[in-house]
Amino acid sequence: MSDTSNRIDSARRAFLNKAGAAAGAAAIAPGVFLTTPAVARPADQPVSSEKRWGILVDTNKCASNCDACVTACKDENGWGSTEHHSSQEQQSQWIRKVEIRNRSTGFVATLPLMCQHCEHPPCVDVCPTGASFKRADGIVLVDKHICIGCRYCMMACPYKARSFIHEDLEDQLPWAPRGKGTVESCTLCVQRVDNDGTPACVEACSAENHNALVFGNLNDENSDISRELARAESIELRADLALNTGVRYRGI
Amino acid sequence: MTYAMVARRVSGLLLSALLLLPLAVSAEDAEAENLPFSDLTMTEPERHVSATEECVAPEAVMRRNHMKFILHQRDDTMHRGIRTRRYSLEECVNCHAAKNEQGEYIPVNAENQFCSSCHTYAAVNIDCFQCHATKPVRASRLNGRSASAAHPSGGPGNAPHPFLVSEGNAQ
Repeated sequence: MSDTSNRIDSARRAFLNKAGAAAGAAAIAPGVFLTTPAVARPADQPVSSEKRWGILVDTNKCASNCDACVTACKDENGWGSTEHHSSQEQQSQWIRKVEIRNRSTGFVATLPLMCQHCEHPPCVDVCPTGASFKRADGIVLVDKHICIGCRYCMMACPYKARSFIHEDLEDQLPWAPRGKGTVESCTLCVQRVDNDGTPACVEACSAENHNALVFGNLNDENSDISRELARAESIELRADLALNTGVRYRGI
Repeated sequence: MTYAMVARRVSGLLLSALLLLPLAVSAEDAEAENLPFSDLTMTEPERHVSATEECVAPEAVMRRNHMKFILHQRDDTMHRGIRTRRYSLEECVNCHAAKNEQGEYIPVNAENQFCSSCHTYAAVNIDCFQCHATKPVRASRLNGRSASAAHPSGGPGNAPHPFLVSEGNAQ
């Protein structure tokens, strides 16, 4: 993303926030609103369970030869080509493109697979130290200050979404600390989400005009993702495990 | 004078002669260098303190409590999504990282740099930078994030830290 677009975005956001607040204030008496104005959470306020973040993946729109989401994730969070001594199988993978083929019809679909941000995450269940945890807004994270690198969560995850860092790293990014001996996975770009942003993969998919990824608040019935989920069928991967994933798929 | 006293005096003279021998050899050296441990000097740490901007708390408070501030902020940010900048490790690095002659940032944990100089002296191992960035990241990458705008001045994050209040050493 270019600096120009960022400036425009922030200016527009500031304007919309003010406009929204003005409209809300004009509605009725002070403190009484007909609809809740979409005001950004102040930086000093904790996240709450009023929101639950999720992503809808439409595999019909996901292009087979495109990995913009993976590239964007690497760029945003600084993984990929940072581990020079680990074998291919050991290197970190926060998100990957998976190709699935229907044997009887030969139909091939591709989809991005990452942490599914379960409501009942098995990785959190098994973590012996409490490092693997779910935030109030449904984002599943690893607190690397507490992680002892036992990798039990990697065993427990049905989606193979987590990676272990096997070597010393340098030049990490301030918003995505990573280090040897800890487990990591997709954070739903928590650093962006906390600033009213959109995960890098979703942004990249839109930039490619594929729009296969929709991000939003599952608890808000007026959000893009909720309306889209209500409009047409979608599934959870491994729905039999009843994990109530925050990432859902359509077209497979 | 008894024999024993003479023997003691003689051995004392011999001992002092032995001790003074090296001094006699380097007699032409400056007087200060002849003092014991004169070759050991205290290295002044690389401090990189801004002349115009103040730190988020008085220096004495920061020296004693910086680890508490960072620890408190760490849990708030990680688990509760509170992203105030005042006590964030990233802002520490942004301010205290120095540049070399080529104008490139030096990692704050490199030898004699801001973090490492004191911690080496105090023999305290810091783990922060096994994971955390040791240099300010280019402004271009920060653009459009709150990280760019939110220097620790103004905003809700500017309130005094709870530790300062509870310990009564804010002033």
